[in-house]
Amino acid sequence: MQWTELIIFVLLFGLVTVMGFVAARWRAAESLDHLDEWGLGGRKFGSWITWFLVGGDLYTAYTFVAVPALLFGAGAMGFFALPYTIIAYPLVFLPVLRLWSVSRARGYVTPADFVRGRYGSPILALLVAITGIVATMPYIALQLVGLEAVLRSMGFNAAGFLGHLPLLIAFIILALYTYQSGLRAPALIAFVKDILIYIVILVAVIYLPAKLGGWDAIFGAAEDKLTAENPKTGAPFGDILLNSNNQLQYATLALGSAMALFLYPHSVTGVLASRGRDVLKRNMSALPAYSLLLGLLALLGFAAIAAGVTPLTNNATGRPDTNTIIPELFNTQFPSWFAGIAFAAIGIGALVPAAIMSIAAANLWTRNIYKEYIRKNATPKDEAKQAKVASLVVKFGAVLFIVVIDPQYAIDLQLIGGVIILQTLPAVAIALYTKWLHRWALIAGWAVGMGWGMVLLYQIPNPASGRMHFGGSALALDKLNIFGWVPFDGSKVQIYVGFVALIANLLVAVIVTLIIRRMKNVSNGDDDTMGDDYHVDEHDENLRPIAVH
Amino acid sequence: MSSDKPGGRTTGLVFSPWNLLLLIPFIVLFTPIYNRRSPELFGMPFFYWFQFAVIIVGVLSTITVYRMTRNKPVRPAAGAAPDVDRLDEGSAE
Repeated sequence: MQWTELIIFVLLFGLVTVMGFVAARWRAAESLDHLDEWGLGGRKFGSWITWFLVGGDLYTAYTFVAVPALLFGAGAMGFFALPYTIIAYPLVFLPVLRLWSVSRARGYVTPADFVRGRYGSPILALLVAITGIVATMPYIALQLVGLEAVLRSMGFNAAGFLGHLPLLIAFIILALYTYQSGLRAPALIAFVKDILIYIVILVAVIYLPAKLGGWDAIFGAAEDKLTAENPKTGAPFGDILLNSNNQLQYATLALGSAMALFLYPHSVTGVLASRGRDVLKRNMSALPAYSLLLGLLALLGFAAIAAGVTPLTNNATGRPDTNTIIPELFNTQFPSWFAGIAFAAIGIGALVPAAIMSIAAANLWTRNIYKEYIRKNATPKDEAKQAKVASLVVKFGAVLFIVVIDPQYAIDLQLIGGVIILQTLPAVAIALYTKWLHRWALIAGWAVGMGWGMVLLYQIPNPASGRMHFGGSALALDKLNIFGWVPFDGSKVQIYVGFVALIANLLVAVIVTLIIRRMKNVSNGDDDTMGDDYHVDEHDENLRPIAVH
Repeated sequence: MSSDKPGGRTTGLVFSPWNLLLLIPFIVLFTPIYNRRSPELFGMPFFYWFQFAVIIVGVLSTITVYRMTRNKPVRPAAGAAPDVDRLDEGSAE
């Protein structure tokens, strides 16, 4: 057990716990018994809070441990996270403004609420809601993977249930204050988390290159190790540059991930909690500051190679866990008090997104399943109560995932989650601009995109880990088989599965729309929204009041 | 049953030419441009520092769009009724 690290970790964890409970009273309304309050923090967060909240939401503990681990294991390909977060903000700059305005005007809390209003279709809304919940659950579980990597590095590396106990305690505390304070808790904690992360990364990227002989020595060591032959596959592990086969995968994975980012319910929650359009515009310009951080952090994966870090063996699974390389890097290269701060930064970094994700999933459940199908006459107070309980269920589901089932499944499911959340793009993002695509065509496109995406993921092996299925998201083009037609036979060029599935989804949606329009008598649903709704802003007159019962 | 509102206005699209600046950062998707080792900067291959540089380009383009579209009162496209009073119509269930 590493006592210095542990004491600092526990102190900082205690601090955010107090903040989490106090948050209920922070700029509070008279009561939290409304989803506008519990689930969206009163829809009044300004630029700074939104910046910390959305930043804390998108750059998660898992990102902090997994992206460097990817560079550590496979080289340049892992750096896709940088172009991904570079293009995400310019890409969504305009659509999120429309989404914010229409949600503010109509009182929508979730993306599925918008689909419900736009298309008058509870079924389409249900599909969007379920897709969102299914994609979010493993994402929450992955936050636990990040947290556990830190706990195991601090010495809590027991086998079996005992090894998971610290994780369980941390999550019970998190569940309690999220239950009480709603979105205000992660919003307040995000300040601590991000300040810690910034300090840790900045110190690390200045100190480590100096200690390890400069960036050229770090890249040199990385190149030597990565280009050596992997005994399991007979091919190199990777390289510090891309090769001719993985460039398309790099670009499509970055683009696909960027398009998926703001379709995730937790990102939408962060957006809808902001006060107005100006706050969002300012944030779309300022959030890339985190990209800089992420890029520097990613390079620590190479620094870990140069420092000769080896991943810790996870005593619960018996396998070496590459997600521990960043905690181990801090463990071996820094004084223990600083490692303690780094561990706390990553650990608290798991709590913020986990809280927001569980709130987002709970909102979806409450608004689009519970109120739509189970209790149609639920009052706003009932909704808030239901969502609070749902947030507990979601979190404990995620814990069970890690404790009972192999964490590897959480990672596989997260991979699938990215592919399936992309399939809601036509119904959510395109619908913000036009209702041209027919609602039944959207359902057909969704079904094809989901089904085909899943089949393609199933077919991808991973020779390095010896797995036959769900071995990654990179599809070799020669595996692309459309009813027996193989358009790129013999090509080893790889592409992101989610991108392929989205194109199929869009094609089907367009074709079915054209067919339905010929039939003429099929309703496309009543549209609750009006043109003006998409331009509403905070100071407009006659704006819908927040949290009315 | 048609979903179209009277006058066929359903989206209220607004477009400013400044928005085109948002396309610039997408240069980072064209990997052949920068998938090279040289020139290096502080021992970092071009592949890496080029992408760091595009972060700054991206920030500049989003800030420009933000500033240039800020103070213009946004008007819905032709045919839209400008009064916001209608927003309350049917907004409460």
